[in-house]
Amino acid sequence: MHRLIQSAFTGNRRSWMFSAAGAGLSFLLPPLTGRAAERRGPERSKSLLTIWLQGGPSQLETWDPHPGGPTGGPTQAIKTTIPGVKIADLYPRTAEAIHPLSVIRSLVSKEGDHERGTYHLRTGYRPDPSVRHPSIGSMLVHERPAKGLELPPHVALDGGQWPPRGGFLGDEYDAFRVGNPGGSIANATSSLSEDRQKRRLEGLNVLERGFAVGRPTAERKTLHRKATDDALALMTSDQLKAFEIEDEPADVKAAYGDDRFGKSCLVARRLIETGVRAVEVTLDGFDSHTNNFEVHRDKATILDPALAALLKDLESRDLLASTVVLVLGEFGRTPKINPFDGRDHWPNGFPCLLGGGGLASGRVIGATDPAGVKDPERPVPVADLFATILAALDLDPTKELMSPIGRPLKLSEGLPVNELLPS
Amino acid sequence: MRSAKAQSWFAILALAGASAGIVAAAVTVDDTIAVRAEKQVSVGPAAQSEIDRHFEEAWQANQVSPAELADDLIVLRRASLALHGTVPSLEEIRIYEADERPDRLRIRIRAMLDDSRFADYFAERLARPWVGVSTDPFLIYRRDRFTRWLAKELRENRPYDAIARAVLSTDGLWTSEPAANFVTSAVANDDLDENVLTARTVRGFLGQRIDCAQCHDHPFANWKQTEFQGLAAFFGQSAVSFQGVVDQPRMFENALEYKIENPETKAEQVIAPGVPFLKECLPVDGSRRDRLAAWITDPRNERFSRAAVNRVWGLMFGRPYIAPVDDLPDPGDVSTVLLDRLGAAFRDSGYDLRWLIETIILSRPFRASSSLDGADDDEYQKAAEHWAVFPMTRLRPEQVIGAMIQAGRLQTIDQNSNLLARSIRFFREQDFVGEYGDVGEAELDARSGTVSQALLRMNGKLTRELFEAGPFSAAGRLANLTENDSRLVELCFLVTLARRPTREEHQHFLTLVEGTQKESQARATEDMLWSLVNSAEFSWNH
Repeated sequence: MHRLIQSAFTGNRRSWMFSAAGAGLSFLLPPLTGRAAERRGPERSKSLLTIWLQGGPSQLETWDPHPGGPTGGPTQAIKTTIPGVKIADLYPRTAEAIHPLSVIRSLVSKEGDHERGTYHLRTGYRPDPSVRHPSIGSMLVHERPAKGLELPPHVALDGGQWPPRGGFLGDEYDAFRVGNPGGSIANATSSLSEDRQKRRLEGLNVLERGFAVGRPTAERKTLHRKATDDALALMTSDQLKAFEIEDEPADVKAAYGDDRFGKSCLVARRLIETGVRAVEVTLDGFDSHTNNFEVHRDKATILDPALAALLKDLESRDLLASTVVLVLGEFGRTPKINPFDGRDHWPNGFPCLLGGGGLASGRVIGATDPAGVKDPERPVPVADLFATILAALDLDPTKELMSPIGRPLKLSEGLPVNELLPS
Repeated sequence: MRSAKAQSWFAILALAGASAGIVAAAVTVDDTIAVRAEKQVSVGPAAQSEIDRHFEEAWQANQVSPAELADDLIVLRRASLALHGTVPSLEEIRIYEADERPDRLRIRIRAMLDDSRFADYFAERLARPWVGVSTDPFLIYRRDRFTRWLAKELRENRPYDAIARAVLSTDGLWTSEPAANFVTSAVANDDLDENVLTARTVRGFLGQRIDCAQCHDHPFANWKQTEFQGLAAFFGQSAVSFQGVVDQPRMFENALEYKIENPETKAEQVIAPGVPFLKECLPVDGSRRDRLAAWITDPRNERFSRAAVNRVWGLMFGRPYIAPVDDLPDPGDVSTVLLDRLGAAFRDSGYDLRWLIETIILSRPFRASSSLDGADDDEYQKAAEHWAVFPMTRLRPEQVIGAMIQAGRLQTIDQNSNLLARSIRFFREQDFVGEYGDVGEAELDARSGTVSQALLRMNGKLTRELFEAGPFSAAGRLANLTENDSRLVELCFLVTLARRPTREEHQHFLTLVEGTQKESQARATEDMLWSLVNSAEFSWNH
């Protein structure tokens, strides 16, 4: 038995993996070990990079414009590097860089409230009082531990009000929140002399020994020591530099944009490169009940350069094959323009951008009615989006995890969108 | 049937507890009464031993040897964490240790229940299953008013059944009638969600998860989909209007009703209100929510009282007697004998929450050590299953910061503290809880710590500020005022862990401070406090 495992993971490893991949069983593959930073192309294990547009961006002012109609407003449509696909004219640079991704225009949800919608679009499940579902980043980290990584495997940059959580998998799968993107990590440095630090840790050891007496399960249950050790490893890790962008060339920084979101995206690329499994970057402020067009113009000046720079950067560093990129918010906005020149919440037909990680690129899934009356064509339930992402991450969406109340829950209850799956 | 006899001894206990309560309140005022009081109080412990007998029999039957009694100060720490959300101050520890009356724990519990920190802290705990943690929808929902109202009810020791009726049936504005926020909290997507209200009502007040039956019959229990719908229909006539929450408002021409779509005909079908059991307890008159509230809190409805007992047990121990806290087996199940009996006694006490809390704190399981000498993994697990050791649970974020702030000072931080200390508590708590991560509604689930939390505790600004040696901080005052090094070590342990150091610990930390002067002594004290605050023991209930 022991020898068999040996051979699978040493001499024959590559051939075994390739045959597994060829048979469409790629989710059965073992996670790749070693330093992710040194690997490139499809050989890296998969990561997920989410650009979270908090507040519910308007489909008409982003990836699904309908100019000229009763609902279009002043927004125009421009051509992109995907033949036949137009996006809002607020995104000229994204239009030049969008080809590694596909557009789903027909996501449908039943959650029109920010908090509930955020839960739904983070987990693939609707809120349910009997269980707290894990965010998809937490699922990925749970299923594919990142060996050799000294950083938190799940990171939220500028995480906003409802950061991704581990749900029933446990708080240790919560996203590590970074509130000051581009700068040093909060509380990760100690101003103490080495002597005092050592003295403090020695004191801690004495206390831990005492507490373990007569409590055989204490350490396993509390994970206190592990959390402390992980924190210490992080504090002294070279990988911590991934959070800092000071040494990035000036033109790279300028391309991403010299604002919080631009910096966050650059940090996100650096984290992915270092092997962080799941990164989410938030851009808040899309809740345009009034002055919809102004709000979206402002947001686009931030999002457009950063997103375009990020896609080009991932491509030129050969990281796209291993990084699933997802751009979405909790819902779209009403086609009808309200009396305050705003648009309200609209979960019935809204878009996302999705690609990388071997997913098909340059596709368009679904279409919405320019008048906003008819239901979208080829509707894609949120659960199906999640099944697609999971499959791209080499995870089997039908795999069941046991929740604390003994109820098995699938990673996703959806069916992958076949047109987008790796061919 | 089975428990008729058992119920009577709990009833005696309830009465004894109630009368002892009144007398004990006088104890601090008049010493001559105190002598008389002790005699009466002694009825309490005698009846108390009946609960302990329940556990002792269970331990014997299952061949479990219980842990020894925990140190008195550790029991005080547990009670303080559960009732005030913080560790006891050095001041409180001294008062407690100076009290030589045999009944000092009971006396101390009553003082803690009278302290306004109890009402404020416990209100927040009790509110979670009823209204959740979200503050949305903010235009019509004021969570802060709801918890402040609940705190007031607890301060006045209003019976639990009266509180429940107010929560379920109050009409009016979310501002002037704070209990009405129970209903408005369930507005989602601009719609009053009867299903959410039904789920919260049945879970929060009856300890049952009937909401699985929202979509299908419950797979394990006997709940039918139609039973869920019948309960939901009690909220079918509720609406949120300009006058606040109303039942059957005039502004609607047609009667409001709870409707569901018939899966076959696709036609909408009005559901009539109905209860799944104890139909004789449902009054005929009143608004639908009034009727539901009366049925739920009817003394014959034992699910109501045992659910309360299970939740309060959970809030005291950090682990409910039966987990999950709101999915109890039917009354009479072999696993719920204690809950059924204690529930009946709670009812007979007049649903007196303070009586219940006191009874739980004085029970043998609450006073058991969390350490079991020489036990291996399996033995320890088994003991934990039978409440023969005190369960270890992670402190809630509010408890961690409450404990940190209290440990940073020597005096008790309460209503009488200076403004600075109180404002630190108020403002810092919110920031810290945000950064530490609130555990949300499912607060009685088992949890472990995170790296962010470790970083925050180890290097955070608050830790630095609280435990830096300054003129008011514990570190500064202990280092400056303590006459000898050995005493300094002991006080640092008391102020953080509410216990004295073991010999090994004492030796280790003594070498750290021995021979140090002023500056170096202050640094050594800071380092010692850092180790104490970052230990697992500090952030766990044990």
